Amino acid sequence: MADTPKPEELTKIDHTAPLKGWMDTPVELKPGIYCHAASPKDLEAVDTPNVHEWRPGDEDWNLPDNWKNVVEDGFKLRLDRFRSFKLFMDICVRCGACADKCHFFIGSGDPKNMPVLRAELFRSVYRKKFTTGGKLFGRLAGARDLTEDVLKEWWYYLYQCTECRRCSLFCPYGIDTAEITIMGRELTNDLGLNIGWVAGPVANCYLKSNHIGLLPNVIKDNIEFFVDDIEDITGIRMDPDFNRKGAEILFVTPSGDYFADPGTYTCMGYLMLFHYLKAQGLDITWSTYAAEGGNFGFFTSHEMAKRLNAKIYAEAKRLGVKWILGGECGHMWRVVHQYMDTFNGPADFLEEPVSPITGTKFENAKSTKMVHIVEFTADLIKNNKLKLDPSRNDNVILTYHDSCNPARGMGFLEEPRYVIKNVCNNFYEMPSNTIREQTFCCGSGAGLNAGENMELRMRGGLPRANAVRYVHEKYGVNMMACICAIDRAAFPTLMEYWVPEVDITGIHELVANALVFEGEKKRTTDLRGEPLPGMEDE
Amino acid sequence: MYDGGKIITGLIIGLGLLFSPFIYNAGKAAKTPEPVLTKKAKQAKECIAPKAFMKEWHMQLLDKWRHEVVRENKRYYRPRELATKMTLDHDLMDQWRYLVSIGKRHYIPSDDKVYKKSVEETCFDCHSNKSQFCDECHNYMGVKPYCWDCHIVPKESKEKE
Amino acid sequence: MNFLVSIAVSFVAFIIVVLIPLIGIGAFGMYTFFGIVVPYAAMATFFLGVIIRVIGWARSPVPFRIPTTAGQEESFPWIKTDPIDNPKDTKGVIMRMLLEVLCFRSLFRNVRLEYRDADDGTRITFEWEKWLWIAAIIFHYSFLVIFLRHFRFFTEPIPGFVHVLEKLDGFLQMGVVPVIGFGVPGVYITDMLLVAAVTYLLVRRIYISQVRYVSLSQDYFPLFLILGLGITGILMRYFIRVDITSVKELVLGLFKFSPTVPDGIGVMFFIHLFIVCVLISYIPFSKLMHMGGIFLSPTRNLANNNRKVRHVNPWNYPVKVHTYEEYEDEFRDLLIEAGIPVEKQPDEKVEQS
Repeated sequence: MADTPKPEELTKIDHTAPLKGWMDTPVELKPGIYCHAASPKDLEAVDTPNVHEWRPGDEDWNLPDNWKNVVEDGFKLRLDRFRSFKLFMDICVRCGACADKCHFFIGSGDPKNMPVLRAELFRSVYRKKFTTGGKLFGRLAGARDLTEDVLKEWWYYLYQCTECRRCSLFCPYGIDTAEITIMGRELTNDLGLNIGWVAGPVANCYLKSNHIGLLPNVIKDNIEFFVDDIEDITGIRMDPDFNRKGAEILFVTPSGDYFADPGTYTCMGYLMLFHYLKAQGLDITWSTYAAEGGNFGFFTSHEMAKRLNAKIYAEAKRLGVKWILGGECGHMWRVVHQYMDTFNGPADFLEEPVSPITGTKFENAKSTKMVHIVEFTADLIKNNKLKLDPSRNDNVILTYHDSCNPARGMGFLEEPRYVIKNVCNNFYEMPSNTIREQTFCCGSGAGLNAGENMELRMRGGLPRANAVRYVHEKYGVNMMACICAIDRAAFPTLMEYWVPEVDITGIHELVANALVFEGEKKRTTDLRGEPLPGMEDE
Repeated sequence: MYDGGKIITGLIIGLGLLFSPFIYNAGKAAKTPEPVLTKKAKQAKECIAPKAFMKEWHMQLLDKWRHEVVRENKRYYRPRELATKMTLDHDLMDQWRYLVSIGKRHYIPSDDKVYKKSVEETCFDCHSNKSQFCDECHNYMGVKPYCWDCHIVPKESKEKE
Repeated sequence: MNFLVSIAVSFVAFIIVVLIPLIGIGAFGMYTFFGIVVPYAAMATFFLGVIIRVIGWARSPVPFRIPTTAGQEESFPWIKTDPIDNPKDTKGVIMRMLLEVLCFRSLFRNVRLEYRDADDGTRITFEWEKWLWIAAIIFHYSFLVIFLRHFRFFTEPIPGFVHVLEKLDGFLQMGVVPVIGFGVPGVYITDMLLVAAVTYLLVRRIYISQVRYVSLSQDYFPLFLILGLGITGILMRYFIRVDITSVKELVLGLFKFSPTVPDGIGVMFFIHLFIVCVLISYIPFSKLMHMGGIFLSPTRNLANNNRKVRHVNPWNYPVKVHTYEEYEDEFRDLLIEAGIPVEKQPDEKVEQS
């Protein structure tokens, strides 16, 4: 693995594009930017075609003999299936409005990371294969042949896009590079060219229902650890249950929350909230089969996304629950919100979600029947169902990172802020060009949260980190909240690199810190075991 | 989801608007302007400049007259004298206009007439039928000269051809 | 120096477009060809081309509802929603599309990256940058007004809106400017704005390194065409005048399907007409189809009501999933050991097998 450059070296970025044309500039795969190849075992687990041994750094990728046909047929199939793809191949005017909106371009200065050019890598081949002008005039019409070098270039830049959709916000025609990246990744997957950090989790999610492959008893054991920790801090023992038939609500969360800090604290937060509400009538169960809300299949193909997502409705049906509650996760919510009902619905075996505590009908979720836990909590707070002591979060000076998918794939902006403002006294927004629908990606989404591409991740996360640094310096911000498991996994590393003074939290960790239980012991630490100011043992 | 109906409706509306002149003009009689020359105009045979030039450039000639009369007190127009004396620096624009319309830079009229630079006294002397001569094309082209914003439209003679 | 090649290629193509009618009319007098055949062919190409292109897009379904949400979603009644940037229903979508099509809403968001890496730290800021939006708005609206003003050539009698437009567009009354000949006929603001905006778009495409890098010859070509269109139009109005009465006879003849080419129309008109013909026949094959494409863009024209109203994918097909039964068969012992309920006890399994 290449050594990651130091921050002061990495920030030397020139955004001026070179004079030499991009078609004349062959791709150079730089270590530190790309991920390892998928292991054949993982790809075979989900019946991927053309599985083979290869390494991105090698000259020969051991492609199957008919690889060009696979790409051409796959391209055609997707043009016929997705209006988005077909339209986005045709209507770009290359105005360049998207160019400096991409976090990877801002952080790397690599002109092929401009969203427009990432798409042009595909459009050039599209023109050659599918348009008259491209067939007739070739290079002059911006068309080029599909070669192995072109394929490598596709691959290199496909896995430098986190499908965050920031470009699509600024595009006058709504061209969404995520759509193009999704199609491109489907094509590479058809050739067995997936990356390890996507294929591994996909195989694990498929077979074991969580992305590092925890066995069901281990999931339960981990939760039991959290229950022990919570008991130490609050003196109250939670009693979650698993796979219980007849429960009213099924809870599904990204599996990162079971094992990776600081997601584990968010998970403790859910446990505490559910326990708190139990007396008020909350009847909820966890599942070890639908144990993964996150969907790395979405970073592989629509089909794989559907195959993994299917477990949620299947489990809800098996357990006979009324509706589903979903944890804090980014792309999970893109899939739940924009795809799940279409993939695997209609969920006519469920009921329209109603909060058992407040009686609020979640009108906006009446077809998909899945509610975001932050919506759920916001409604509880609004109806005064939670006794909260925000001063318990006074050691935290907070900012909030809108995770890309809930922001630009849902419009989930005010709910988290409402919860935050009720559980935390010190809250400061980052600059307006970097939050809400204009939020910057963590730089590690869409399966790029690996170790070997650390330079890419640090570059991609630079715009976000720079905004964090700004509020850190201006307001002394020491914590950033987010509602995404990949954020919780990726940001600690990013912050360590760019703004080491700032830590990462999920919103329900803050909720749980502030939540006042009846009969709890005096809290001297927060969920992380760190002393609360003014509450130290006397 | 295809939304085929909406797309076809949109297509019909869009193309309908772009091609609306076909629809608008359908069934309307093809009227072409036929400016009528008075007897006097016919007898005169020649205007102050060739017909092609007058068709294309009369408005700018009149505008020039206006400037010369009002600002420079040059009240008479002698095309032949002007044409023979003309040099490049004198009036490039005039030469250019002749070139564009009749293909000659130095157009020299056959006789040396003197015209008063006046629409009422010179132009309308022959073309005393504004409604049948001027308006014929002006209406066809939707042109509304702002001359008549200030000046009174001269009375047309009832003379028959 | 790829961009120079792109510019050169498209400029040469443009020059050829100008030379064809110049030679065809000037040297060979092919009036019928350039006055009748080419315009009809171009209009037919445009008409059929646009239909084929749009139907082509329409034949691919929108399998998923994927709006890019640019504001607060519909939530609880006590949370203020953003009904336009994050539409919850068709009404909102119509508003969003109107803003997008008429006001270039998304482009209006544009900002410019200002990256500064100094000793005291790296600063990434975003500066005001509405020039692209301004130029785009000016360009498109000028083009529209000019197109509509041309209805005085397309129609007889001339509809009232043309006179209104002419009056508004010509309100500067440049005749008062003491430049003889300029100002008569009246100067239109849109003529100047169009040429200025297209020039700006061309200059920024070459000047801004990132845009230059992504530009192809087909990005320069339409700019040259439209610039050529504007310039020939202005030339015809002020410097190389043609007999517009005859021009209208020709144009009206085309629209009435009784085409004639009156004598004495200057070649400049045929150049202007030929550029128009090339432009409209080029549209269906080019990025200029964004005109129709914007209406079909799935990230803009769909309501963000995914969880409320189910979207159906017409090609949804069954997929292989790892069922709960398979899962339990694999992990039954572990589940039981952990005290997690199972569907079948191990002994049942033995009985069955």
